[in-house]
Amino acid sequence: MTPHVHDHDSDHSSVYDGLVGSDPSHWAFGTDFEDPLAGVDTTLADGVDGPTLAAYCLMLGDDALVYSHRLSEWCSRAPDLEEDIALTNIALDLLGQARLLLARAAAADPGVVPVLPDGSPIPPEDALAFFREAGEFRNVRLVEPGNGDFAVTMVRLLVFATWRLAIMQRLESSVDPVLSAIAAKAVKEVTYHRDYAGRWFLTLAQGTDESRRRLLAALDLVWPYRGELDRVSEVERRAVDEGFGVDPAAVAAEVDVVLEQVFSVSGVERPERPALAAVRGRAGRDGLHTEELSRMLAEMQSVARAHPMGRW
Amino acid sequence: MVTAARAIAASVTDPEMPMLTLEDLGVLRDVREEGRQVVVTITPTYSGCPAMATMRDDLVHRLSDAGYDARVVVSLSPAWSTDWITRRGREALAAHGLSAPGPAPRRDGPVPLTLLPAPRTVSCPRCGSADVRLRSEFGATACKALYACEACLEPFEHVKEI
Repeated sequence: MTPHVHDHDSDHSSVYDGLVGSDPSHWAFGTDFEDPLAGVDTTLADGVDGPTLAAYCLMLGDDALVYSHRLSEWCSRAPDLEEDIALTNIALDLLGQARLLLARAAAADPGVVPVLPDGSPIPPEDALAFFREAGEFRNVRLVEPGNGDFAVTMVRLLVFATWRLAIMQRLESSVDPVLSAIAAKAVKEVTYHRDYAGRWFLTLAQGTDESRRRLLAALDLVWPYRGELDRVSEVERRAVDEGFGVDPAAVAAEVDVVLEQVFSVSGVERPERPALAAVRGRAGRDGLHTEELSRMLAEMQSVARAHPMGRW
Repeated sequence: MVTAARAIAASVTDPEMPMLTLEDLGVLRDVREEGRQVVVTITPTYSGCPAMATMRDDLVHRLSDAGYDARVVVSLSPAWSTDWITRRGREALAAHGLSAPGPAPRRDGPVPLTLLPAPRTVSCPRCGSADVRLRSEFGATACKALYACEACLEPFEHVKEI
């Protein structure tokens, strides 16, 4: 019997042809973009102003996007594998929320989406994430600084998750059905984030002298950013009037009760530290940010900006 | 109504937990058929679930192979709950060494803070021992927590209640 020798070159010009053919399902998660709101009815409810809704979604979406990126910097650097996985899981949840919120913003007001060259395949949510300058971001400053040590990360995550959970719970009754649905999912996710950070806060406070020392130092470092969370911007004021947003000042007491609960169980005093000042009346929600955001965005956005026509 | 297209969509499996079909997992919300046109509605488990694109591609593929012109749309509300995992899905999880979720937490008013490990009744899917320890509330995918069995010493994953 003559052995059959298959001549690969006769039917393929390259061994890679099979990979770059017409069938994108070769790739684990596909090669093309998908719209996270595909098929979702994004019609505006009566009395809801599109540009105001978009501006509001950018605020909550930017909080999640910036913080997700920060937390993902822990990947491969956490104290142990379990915490590495936990922090990247939390980053992934927040990235998912960011995608939905940025897509909601773009659908509510296409005018917020940066203009890219004709024929660019980049979807609106990515254009918003990768093609805005720091001054166009609307996140609070709490989420910007570098991660610091594990204690700083846990204190910041506790403050962030406690506050975001309170906001998202109220947003479940937003008159915008898309925002309400995004919030209902986020509540389930952020509940796990808050419990995780709360447990670590307690563990570090009651652990060794060194872990407690670091936790107290972390609290002093993070606390000045707490005050900005209660600040009400003009967009939020209008979002409340139109029935789709939450007044952050209205959740301040609820946030403090939860934090107080963690402090008291952990035997830690609520810090007395002045809040980070606004600059000429402007804070994160107005596009006033720390230098650390610019440095983070420079890295996060560099590849997308170099390839505005790129397919990923 | 069980139609041919619905039966195909219901048999597509989850990319991360292939022992479950999308129907078992409760992410398949609707299959609407108009002639050869099919619109399939799915819902994400978690906001950031990266498997959504694969689910969509798999659904389109399988339905196109059967001659349908398929489109997949997303439904965000009501939010997915592990209570939607079917009985067959729970059995398949257990058969593959994963611990199935208990009832999802019911909520009325503010979400309570839980500083102690979540009170769950979990037993080892391998040896059945109830002597298990939570290692982390976060696992290899967004939907799973990590446990270890103190009796047989094997680690295992628990699909966490949401």
